[in-house]
Amino acid sequence: ASNDVTFQTKPYKLHKLDDGPNTSVTLNREDALKFYREMQVIRRMESAAGNLYKEKKIRGFCHLYSGQEACAVGMKAAMTDGDAVITAYRCHGWTYMLGSTVTEVLSELTGRISGNVHGKGGSMHMYTKSFYGGNGIVGAQQPLGAGIALAMKYREQKNFCITLYGDGAANQGQLFEATNMAKLWDLPVVFVCENNGFGMGTTAERSSASTDYYTRGDYVPGIWVDGMDVLAVREATRWAKEYCNAGRGPLVFELATYRYHGHSMSDPGTSYRTRDEIQEVRKTRDPITGFKDRIITANLATEEELKNIDKEVRKEVDEALKTATSDGVLPPEALYTDIYHNTEKQVIRGATIDETVVQKYKNTAELLKENK
Amino acid sequence: SNMTVRDAINQAMDEEIKRDERVYLLGEEVAQYDGAYKVSKGLWKKYGDKRIIDTPITEMGFAGIAVGSAMAGLRPICEFMTWNFSMQAIDQIINSAAKTYYMSAGRVNVPIVFRGPNGAAAGVAAQHSQDFSAWFAHCPGLKVLSPYSAEDAKGLMKSAIRDDNPVVFLENEILYGQSFPVSDEALGEDFLIPIGKAKIEREGDNVTIVSFSKGVELALDAAKKLESAGVSAEVINLRSLRPFDFESIRKSVHKTHRLVTVETGWPFCGIGSEIAAQVMESDVFDQLDAPLLRVTGRPSQQRPRRQGRQKEPQHQVNIADYLLDTIFATRFLSNYWTLAQRTSFTFHSFPSLSPNFF
Repeated sequence: ASNDVTFQTKPYKLHKLDDGPNTSVTLNREDALKFYREMQVIRRMESAAGNLYKEKKIRGFCHLYSGQEACAVGMKAAMTDGDAVITAYRCHGWTYMLGSTVTEVLSELTGRISGNVHGKGGSMHMYTKSFYGGNGIVGAQQPLGAGIALAMKYREQKNFCITLYGDGAANQGQLFEATNMAKLWDLPVVFVCENNGFGMGTTAERSSASTDYYTRGDYVPGIWVDGMDVLAVREATRWAKEYCNAGRGPLVFELATYRYHGHSMSDPGTSYRTRDEIQEVRKTRDPITGFKDRIITANLATEEELKNIDKEVRKEVDEALKTATSDGVLPPEALYTDIYHNTEKQVIRGATIDETVVQKYKNTAELLKENK
Repeated sequence: SNMTVRDAINQAMDEEIKRDERVYLLGEEVAQYDGAYKVSKGLWKKYGDKRIIDTPITEMGFAGIAVGSAMAGLRPICEFMTWNFSMQAIDQIINSAAKTYYMSAGRVNVPIVFRGPNGAAAGVAAQHSQDFSAWFAHCPGLKVLSPYSAEDAKGLMKSAIRDDNPVVFLENEILYGQSFPVSDEALGEDFLIPIGKAKIEREGDNVTIVSFSKGVELALDAAKKLESAGVSAEVINLRSLRPFDFESIRKSVHKTHRLVTVETGWPFCGIGSEIAAQVMESDVFDQLDAPLLRVTGRPSQQRPRRQGRQKEPQHQVNIADYLLDTIFATRFLSNYWTLAQRTSFTFHSFPSLSPNFF
């Protein structure tokens, strides 16, 4: 279209590839506003989650995605129908991007019925049609993602599976097992290392003999991408999807990004890095601020329009918060549902033999239907 | 007609792979090598690379890939060359396969069969000689099957493949080559054995012997011996360890009032322990005329067979003798026994179930 604007990305670094994604990318007004909005929703939603946690309205784990928004938003922008994603425990942003509402994410965190899985998964386990979680065991999602890709290839789909992990999980043996088979069998999978600099409190340099994560697939070609630039991420992902769907096998991505919050809510995130470092990233590399400046300068949007979006986003998250703090929870019978699929009702022992019950409902869907 | 357990499993997989486009087999040496124990013999030639996939030696990786493909709608049969190697992949079985249906509130189910030989084989030392029944039966979300005969193997394997949940299928290497009579029905393509139901292998009135897999053979031998001594033993073949058919045990003990469990796994927290606990927690406790007796593998590590000691394993005879000597002689015919007598029957005095014991 005539109102497309061209931007330059930081150069990609290529491993075992002769050509790579284009550093010259175009953006139209519609996408500009969309990406800005999506990144703001994630940022705002995660801030709300952080506050809910501090108010003790979220129990258990809570890992925030703030700082990494351009990764999810950029990759989603290049996905088409039937493509899939699987990630580790830092999954709120991805759940939202792949079809869940802010209410469904926040309500899941507070364990309410309106949650993505009605409160049975919590922070680390959310799912949508194209999103396979939300996995709490660091690295286990790597072969799972390759398996999802195997199913795509088996069915001869023109799709690919985005399999995400952090710089911490880049050292899991499973990754090397999965990349080996993915390459042997040319599976349409992109192993994406979101390098946010830290595996919990251990810097990449202290955990990895090589921090060039995009090269660590060895015989699997790799690409380093500026993970703070939503347009670079989108372009690289678009290129990767074409590569995979041409039957050329897997790729490894390294998205260079940053995590503003601690590893989880119990980590202030200041013992292994300085506050100055975080401030410096916020000032110079923030994915939202950087994008905002670019699209205003390029006349794709006005300051006023973006302010309006901010306002809408705030309203959307506030509305979601209301539900997430007031909605009901599943009845106790839900503890005993979803044990087996398509299986007759089971006798389930309670904490003592006296508490033994026959399943009242086989699964949550049945429970919700009958309690409407 | 007769059929070996090996052929029964092969036939079950063959029929199900043919029946459902989503079913495929993967594992080490399952394709071109015809299976390390020849269980998948001929399938690769028949179905090719897409349906029968050789993997590298990489258990955690291929188990994870299989689970991922099941989440995405395929129905993999994931072979572990032996269950000993599944320990490298147990996270994918427990955390990825067994728990996802629950964590996703029923959104994502995982229709997969993990299968391979389980339990002690002959002379293969400690790392290759263990029975994982209790390990997997412990975990909610899994179904755990342990066939004894060829008919069990065929019907349970087909049910496992058609099941919409993760199924752990524990075969036994020593039984692979064993022939069993099979009914015409069992040879048919729609022969299914329901998961979660035990089978009364032999009816009896005086004592109930509960076992599974290879242990059923020992129990049947013991029952035969007991019969010649005038004792009628009922033998229950559990078939399914999870879901667990306690009801069959309950009914049987209401008739016999005596209960013996036989397994090749270690005693601590074993299947026998679980049965003992369920007996204590039910009206079966009041039906017992004697304490429940567990016969188990020794809680020690197995040693490889010494050179020059290659005689047939003596364990089968030992078990029967044991049951005869102890249950029949001291327990069955006595109206009472002393604490001293009871404590002398600890597992330390058990003859080993291991074929390699000497």
